[in-house]
Amino acid sequence: MKMTMARREAVEGYIAISPWILGFILFTGGPILASIAISFSEWNFIEPAKFAGIANYTALFNDPLVWQALKVTTLYTIAAVPLGIVFGFWLAILLNQKIALLAVWRTIFYLPALVSGVAVATVWIWVLQPDFGVLNSLLREIGIEGPNWLFSQTWVIPSLVLMSLWGVGGGLIIYLSGLQGIPTEIFEAAQIDGANAVQRLFAITIPMMTPILFLQLVTGLIGAFQVFTSAYIMTKGGPGNASLFYVLYIYRNAFEYFDMGYAAALSWLLTLVIIATTLLVFWSARFWVYYDVDIKDF
Amino acid sequence: MSITHTEMPVRATRQQSAMFYRVNRVLLRALLYLTIAGGSLIVLIPFVWMVSASLKELNQIFIYPPVWIPNPVRWENYREALTTSLHPFIPRYFANTLYVAIFSVIGEAASCSLVGFGFARLKFPGRRFLFLLVLSTLAIPYYVVMIPQFALFRSLGWLNTFLPLIIPRFFATNGFYIFLFRQFFLRISPELFDAARIDGNSTWGIYARIVLPLSAPVFATVCILGFTFHWNDFLAPLLYLSRSYLHTVSIGLALFRGLQGVQWNHLMAASTVVMLPTMLLFFFFQRVFIQGTVITGVKG
Repeated sequence: MKMTMARREAVEGYIAISPWILGFILFTGGPILASIAISFSEWNFIEPAKFAGIANYTALFNDPLVWQALKVTTLYTIAAVPLGIVFGFWLAILLNQKIALLAVWRTIFYLPALVSGVAVATVWIWVLQPDFGVLNSLLREIGIEGPNWLFSQTWVIPSLVLMSLWGVGGGLIIYLSGLQGIPTEIFEAAQIDGANAVQRLFAITIPMMTPILFLQLVTGLIGAFQVFTSAYIMTKGGPGNASLFYVLYIYRNAFEYFDMGYAAALSWLLTLVIIATTLLVFWSARFWVYYDVDIKDF
Repeated sequence: MSITHTEMPVRATRQQSAMFYRVNRVLLRALLYLTIAGGSLIVLIPFVWMVSASLKELNQIFIYPPVWIPNPVRWENYREALTTSLHPFIPRYFANTLYVAIFSVIGEAASCSLVGFGFARLKFPGRRFLFLLVLSTLAIPYYVVMIPQFALFRSLGWLNTFLPLIIPRFFATNGFYIFLFRQFFLRISPELFDAARIDGNSTWGIYARIVLPLSAPVFATVCILGFTFHWNDFLAPLLYLSRSYLHTVSIGLALFRGLQGVQWNHLMAASTVVMLPTMLLFFFFQRVFIQGTVITGVKG
């Protein structure tokens, strides 16, 4: 039997995406179902799993460390994500002003995005070192006695936010290309109408960039909820659980206390928080994101 | 200048205002460069501080005010950090990390490009739904699948092998890369596909002979993002590679820091060496990487 063109294309389509279908079943979809099952059981990896009903979930609501972890992670996210977008976008606007040596500046600001991980954490421990670190040394130059940064319950989260802001250049390439994609006719028209630079920024640049800002906000939020390496390396969650990031607490329950059921339940609470936040941002988009802005509308 | 209605009526005022405007402009430019230079200085300080400490003698590290230029310059720190008897496997860690990163990137580029091609250029029932499923996996935290995946790989006997880090990459597990490839392939002119079809190319012939040769930018973007991620990855090696001869550089560096008697100058030398490969990769392929990011990232 000869296959029709459309049928043949459909078969080829499924063949083309077959790696993803297999991968989704084996490494994402299957594990998700397994994770739901594990979250309703008691399992330490050694003895066979026992059904535990909703015990893990009730335990979760009575665990003060869960609330501490949620608090720490939320505070960090609320500070790091908006500040990161504001600074990153502002930097892109500055670099978009027909500037000399653009490639050099862009490379410098992009550097932190290339080196994330343990090496960065190690260097920042040394930068933030209270007595001999470069930050407090520079502050002392201008007469300020800097805090104990990573060793202070008050300053540990601001320290990590500061470190994340050091990497705002990671979004620079996307922002810059977005800015260059705004049709110059719009700016010229606005200029003729007498709009000054600030008015042009708020009436044209920012609205035209909202789809990109939206995407950065969503990915930024999802990423900020899952900070692990810097907490594990730099603070071990301390001092006094002041930097107990949520996923660090999941990791500890799974691979230090071997309480797989509880860790799985914890991970589902995080998933709910992330999905709720993402949906909220998507819902808010209708009020501030401008899609398909057509030049003819101006 | 064609703008007439905003010009000043009186000649003298006009000249004054033109001068005022020019001075203002110069001042603004100066402020702009000052801000940008200041910002890049802030970005560079931790790097400079690291390299400076990596070349110092230990007694120069713990002094105030800080010394920026080491005197004497102590290059031996690098040799000592990389071949320390405290931690004898460091060259091996580089080989391990390179091995994992290269094979992971090959797997991701091969599988995600094929899947992206399917979603961009082939019509099949359920395509829209399945693509939405790909995107929605991006919101699922890795920590949900971490435990079942670990149990799976443990039952396969894959603990303390590189397989859990590499094999899933050949199954297009990164939805973001699928998205990037799809966006790029959507922008290739459809006439090109029709022409190739008329010339007698099969679908796979079109993928291999038309799509791949045109797609260097998106491959560069995915390869650099992927390599950087795998080079710096900490969690997966922490979970799966507990034997010391299997460690990657990030695990090695974390352990190195935890050792008794490790000196900061050695630690900074090791950090510098760990940071170098991804920076070099970016310097060499910067142009095509940016091209790929721009095409896929902005214009859907």
